[in-house]
Amino acid sequence: MTPLYQINIRKTLADEHLEEAIYAATGRLMDHRRKVVAPEVLPDYQELREQARRIKQHTLENLDYYLEQFEQQVTARGGALVWAREGSEAVDFLAELARRKQARLIVKSKSMTTEEIGLRERLEHHNLEIVETDLGEYIIQLAHEKPYHIVAPALHKTRYEVSEIFSRRLGVAAEAVPEKQTEIARQVLRQKFLAADIGVTGANFLVADSGAVVLVENEGNARLTSSAPRVQVAIAGIEKLIPRAQDLAVFLKLLGRSATGQPLTVYTSLLAGPRRPGDPDGPEEFYVVLLDNGRTRVLADRDKRQSLYCIRCGACLNHCPVYRRIGGHNYPWVYSGPIGKILSPQFQGLTQDPWLPFASSLCGACAEVCPVKIEIPRLLLDLRAEIVKAQQGENANRWERLAFRLWAWVMQRPKLYELAGTVAAAVLGEESGQSWISRLPAGLNIGPLRAWLSQRDLPPPGRSFRQLWRLRSSRVG
Amino acid sequence: MAARVSLFVTCIVDQFFPRIGLATAELLERLGYRVEFPEGQTCCGQPAFNTGYREQARQVARHFLEVFQAAEHIVSPSASCVSMVKNHYPELFNKEPEWQQRARSLAGRIWELSQFLTEVARLEDVGARLEGVAAYHDGCHALRELGVREAPRRLLARVRGLKLREMPGAEECCGFGGTFSVKFPEISGAMARRKIQALCESGVEYVISADASCLMQIQGALSRAALPVRTLHLAEVLASR
Repeated sequence: MTPLYQINIRKTLADEHLEEAIYAATGRLMDHRRKVVAPEVLPDYQELREQARRIKQHTLENLDYYLEQFEQQVTARGGALVWAREGSEAVDFLAELARRKQARLIVKSKSMTTEEIGLRERLEHHNLEIVETDLGEYIIQLAHEKPYHIVAPALHKTRYEVSEIFSRRLGVAAEAVPEKQTEIARQVLRQKFLAADIGVTGANFLVADSGAVVLVENEGNARLTSSAPRVQVAIAGIEKLIPRAQDLAVFLKLLGRSATGQPLTVYTSLLAGPRRPGDPDGPEEFYVVLLDNGRTRVLADRDKRQSLYCIRCGACLNHCPVYRRIGGHNYPWVYSGPIGKILSPQFQGLTQDPWLPFASSLCGACAEVCPVKIEIPRLLLDLRAEIVKAQQGENANRWERLAFRLWAWVMQRPKLYELAGTVAAAVLGEESGQSWISRLPAGLNIGPLRAWLSQRDLPPPGRSFRQLWRLRSSRVG
Repeated sequence: MAARVSLFVTCIVDQFFPRIGLATAELLERLGYRVEFPEGQTCCGQPAFNTGYREQARQVARHFLEVFQAAEHIVSPSASCVSMVKNHYPELFNKEPEWQQRARSLAGRIWELSQFLTEVARLEDVGARLEGVAAYHDGCHALRELGVREAPRRLLARVRGLKLREMPGAEECCGFGGTFSVKFPEISGAMARRKIQALCESGVEYVISADASCLMQIQGALSRAALPVRTLHLAEVLASR
């Protein structure tokens, strides 16, 4: 029986328009990035990557220290820190805060961390209205979908689809011009900003030495979310910490460039604490929710800890030949693309979706563009080995396990290897079409051959190199 | 006395593309090397390693290390297999210091063909001739694990009669990926089709690569789509005259 994930992947691949749209959109992001990291423009790009990696490594290796420092700083500035072991604790805090403040409406800026814990859906169960204010994320909310891409959540939606979603959900006339669509969303969202009781943001960085929450965006919606409502809550994973404000000089240079090819995003906000006496604006209350949700478990693994260096730029998605074919919704968790392939098994468990780390040609394009130099292919290899180990004694891979044992046995015996090759060539050589393969019983594990031939031809088999080499040597000698 | 070179043809070349192995040998002999083919060789173990079967990969790797123990230079027409030996063997044996030592010692003696020609033999013009227009496809492991980008292009630029043309997305994976190609045949196939589309757009007669496995994938897709572009290994081009 074909597993569901394979069926879904096939469906996406069969949709030529979708495949072309993903390929084109990610291709544009690739081009934009290439231009702004070129040596003529940013000669110290490679050095910046190395620095960024080292800062992340240092911070995570001393995370206890920086977390405490951050808490002290946030508190000293009149804010409050909330520690959430799991997503539900973050949700409960917000629900309780909303009850205490008699809040009905929450505006929210884009945040993968809140997607990770399903914050919106879970707060809706508490009878709260929660509105996404990033345009792409708003479209996704109206469409009841999950983000398709870490940076561009509605990457897969055409303007005609957006027009249809807006008409259906907002009751407006069909409008397929993107600028006009933005205007429609803006009109709705401005009212929400004004009426909202609480603003929820994520955080791109948390600065330990100043207790600042750093938000990076292009639409200005995060700035409004964090300044218009009376209460502000930032929700972030504990890995978002960096030691000093000056470290932003490294990360801000890399983030915009890697994500969208911008030297800097349009807005960069550093928020620390609530409004102080004399401040013209700002929230009355300021909370930072620090989320673990499995991060300390990943942190404990010396080799795979680097997965937490990720700054969510999405460059690995844009450069991944697999993501560029299958898009974001074929990945089982909110994080898609190469980074999703290494995060999901570590957060969700190795055997939840054991196929995922195998769905890669290990081409390494992701690691080449990662601004914090996460060795994604290496981690994929490690995860594959761990999954094979975790599945020992299970039926799941019985044939494959047997095949590799047999294969290794043969590969240590050159005579046997040669014989096997000769026999295979003789069988294949008779008829390299598919007909005879379909007649063989499935138990013979001819799956790989059939899978190969489902997409492409095999070279016609013949004499092996070693046989020809012997002939040649006998002639020469 | 001529320097000795041990040929590691790889299992794919041995079984499917013997002509690539023969071309490699002929080329090296023509350049004055004494070429040996250690008969005990089979596979480098990459299929098991990439599929998560570390113990099986170690067994095959130990066999490889024994077969090539005495080699002075090992040259191979497959960058991916060279990277397996050079980059992954030492890590594979991180709990077996003795084998790790042997792996490290061998790592400095194994070369992908274009690397060997440009860095050891220090040659760019090997006296080859081939009429036609060709694109070079960067194998991912050649490019990103061995850092081989310019060497094959420099060698090809000196081939008489050959016009090199960069194809769009030359650095994009062809979709082979070892067992990935059969575990996810549809994705792999879609990647191959994008590659052959790029080849057709650039209007070349040949596609050349330093990896037989990429060529198996690209040739398979070209043949399925009945397209006239021919696949050639770098060794075949450099051996032609």
